[in-house]
Amino acid sequence: MSDDMKLNLRVWRQAGPEAAGAFVDYKAVPGISEHMSFLEMLDVLNEMLIHRGEVAIEFDGDCREGICGQCSLTVNGQAHGGERGTTVCQLHMRSFREGDTIVVEPFRAKAFPVIKDLVVDRGALDRIIAAGGYVSVNTGPKPDANGMRINKDISDRAFDAAACIGCGACVAACPNASASLFTGAKITQLSLLPQGDAERNRRVARMVDQMDIEGFGNCSNLGECEAACPKEISLDNIAVMKREYLRAIFSKF
Amino acid sequence: MTLDSKVPAGPLQNKWDSYLESVKLVSPANKRKMDVIVVGTGLAGASAAASLGELGYNVKAFCIQDSPRRAHSIAAQGGINAAKNYPNDGDSVWRLFYDTIKGGDFRAREANVYRLAQVSNAIIDQCVAQGVPFAREYGGELANRSFGGAQVSRTFYARGQTGQQLLLGAYQALLRQVDAGKVEMFTRREMLDLVVVDGKARGIIVRNLVDGSIEKYAANAVILATGGYGRAYYLSTNAFNSNATAAWRCYKRGAYFANPSYVQIHPTCIPQAGDYQSKLTLMSESLRNDGRVWVPKKKEDVKKPAHQIPNEDRDYYLETRYPSFGNLVPRDVASRNAKSVCDEGRGVGAGRAVYLDFSDAIARQGQKAIEDKYGNLFHMYAKITAENPYETPMGIYPAIHYTMGGLWVDYELQSTVAGLFVAGEANFSDHGANRLGASALMQGLADGYFVLPFTVGNYLAREKASGVTVEHPAFKEAEADVKRQINGFIERGTKGDTTVNEYYRRLGEVLWDKVGMSRTEEGLKQALGQIAEIKQGFETNLLLTGTSESFNKMLELAGRVADFIELGELMTRDALHRNESCGGHFREEFQTADGEALRDDENFAYAGAWQFKGPGEEPALHKEALVFENVELSQRSYK
Repeated sequence: MSDDMKLNLRVWRQAGPEAAGAFVDYKAVPGISEHMSFLEMLDVLNEMLIHRGEVAIEFDGDCREGICGQCSLTVNGQAHGGERGTTVCQLHMRSFREGDTIVVEPFRAKAFPVIKDLVVDRGALDRIIAAGGYVSVNTGPKPDANGMRINKDISDRAFDAAACIGCGACVAACPNASASLFTGAKITQLSLLPQGDAERNRRVARMVDQMDIEGFGNCSNLGECEAACPKEISLDNIAVMKREYLRAIFSKF
Repeated sequence: MTLDSKVPAGPLQNKWDSYLESVKLVSPANKRKMDVIVVGTGLAGASAAASLGELGYNVKAFCIQDSPRRAHSIAAQGGINAAKNYPNDGDSVWRLFYDTIKGGDFRAREANVYRLAQVSNAIIDQCVAQGVPFAREYGGELANRSFGGAQVSRTFYARGQTGQQLLLGAYQALLRQVDAGKVEMFTRREMLDLVVVDGKARGIIVRNLVDGSIEKYAANAVILATGGYGRAYYLSTNAFNSNATAAWRCYKRGAYFANPSYVQIHPTCIPQAGDYQSKLTLMSESLRNDGRVWVPKKKEDVKKPAHQIPNEDRDYYLETRYPSFGNLVPRDVASRNAKSVCDEGRGVGAGRAVYLDFSDAIARQGQKAIEDKYGNLFHMYAKITAENPYETPMGIYPAIHYTMGGLWVDYELQSTVAGLFVAGEANFSDHGANRLGASALMQGLADGYFVLPFTVGNYLAREKASGVTVEHPAFKEAEADVKRQINGFIERGTKGDTTVNEYYRRLGEVLWDKVGMSRTEEGLKQALGQIAEIKQGFETNLLLTGTSESFNKMLELAGRVADFIELGELMTRDALHRNESCGGHFREEFQTADGEALRDDENFAYAGAWQFKGPGEEPALHKEALVFENVELSQRSYK
């Protein structure tokens, strides 16, 4: 157990969206404790770089407790690193060994252009939601919340899908850079619930089309997305999306 | 300027209705000509932007994150209060109002709190209509649980991710308006100044965080929903990028800042593990429904594993001291008690922790039931600490969590700058000196869905649609100020040897030690000196790399820390002037014989709103007297 793990880091540095990027090696970085989270480790490295007069490594991260979905690093080739059900902000250095070399890259996908270093633009995911990932109700008086009873199991399944944090790891992990798990999760949540029923056909058709417009690939059922998902969103959501899509295109709406 | 709260006349129960009946309306044709800026897209900002877009206004919404869905509201865990009385346990609008005003230690405005309780039920109806997957019972109805400071079960929840689900509801409503063309969304933009023309808020200056360019936006009204300032303490449960800069720049443009010393310290957080740590993690208050808080009775037991300490040697101090509320006392009370048992040397772990033990609940209800309620929290705890809370009790300790203080607003949520409205945690309005659990989500959504759409309309009805444009000289001046500050950081940054984070950490330590859980006159005076030293160092010896014309998070942080330093000074000043203890503000000189907060209602029953008087000048204090016509002020007791 170590407070100085002497890790070697190989980090993707890219000055801007148009610049060519490259890996930069930081050897035997001092002061890395096994109790640190991965992002805290990068904080320590950055402080060292600034003291040397170098520009800090840019990376995203906000809540640092695995819920905001902002952190987005590929660690040793895996989105959010190798630990199951874990965002990279919750990945602790204790899962590495002293002297390890760790490769850190941004989430890679055509639809996620690099902004700088490890920071990418995931605005495409917002645009998928804007295409129909909601129940179209305005703010105002609504029927009493208990006026509509919803089967607990269905509600729980909707919740499981709704737990998606929108980080995009599913896209980064997919060889096709498909956003099907992300989109499928929202479609599943809203099509399971009675509130979302009225516009389910229009919703799925528009959201799936938007995925294509954004340049995400198709789903080939490889399951990498589910394995990388920090919230362990099930692959079943993609099956639901496909079923809903077929239903939509064969019915009038 | 005198502080006019603009509380409508008449009985408490009728104030909001009579306000709604008297507000001026804006016709659909005129709404189309009105621009509204919303800064921040958490619960308050997203709900306001969506609702105003639905009404037909042209909304421009701004956030510092890469997506509006990342706002820190997403991390709220436990739940949202409402006076539905579904469990039939005696709840009512009055009781929710009373619990909230009492929980706030009688330092909030009655009329605002009552309105909050009144609209609470509509929030639940609205969210359910949006498809928010609240927890349900087997019969298909909504489930409720209890929270601190209440003897009824009025908290609605979505596992331990209530904030996430409510925010996604508001975010989806917001994106629906983006799709409809009524809201224009600007991500990765940081508001760095408010533009005031002829005394009215007319726009904002933002930095595009992607390329560093400075942008100007004009509007007929500005809504600020930028959250609290807990990150002034460096270590807190707040998200890394949460900051006070937008609010602080508004303060410098004439918006009064009220009760900055009222901060909430949450009793159940994962204790700090090391100096490198950047933030602390909250374990939801809902855990106190089933977890029992204890420390060893004997100091010599603190290093023993918990299971080796027999029941008779455990001190379940909250249950003993507060038999009526037990483990569910309000947050300020629970936090102070944790500190005092640790000060006595009975803290566990590294000395700054108490146990939160689920073994009785697991024995009573089974592990599955506990997993259903708190699974994600237990998972998170295990991830961070590498301990299994199903087998060993959690170690917890208080941490900065929420700030009750904020920009002063009247009943319409309008600040002292006309046309600048402030919502959610960024304002000071509803929680007095202490916020009850599950009330932040309620307030954020109440402000955004059910208050601002009317009050902003009432303001805009008196405004001409043709407002100023960004060509007005005030925009140029504000832009120049912003550029001057940024260039100053870059220039100075090459000369010094101490990083932004090093200064930031020092500030945090001073505030936590001296302006934290308990305060003394002597300590606060020392803090003023220490903060001045930090400020001096920050202005002369800063080490910063990178440029202003690019993505540069350290530069962003430099601006935020500069503001936290100044705000920290105001927090200290406010704590020093308030010679009483109330809620989260505990002055050691003012306590009852058994160590509870001792208020001084004769001299301090007011909201203290500070006015900026210029750089280096002392701010001026203005007092809004708090008039209690409906509740009797009493010594808060949870025994």
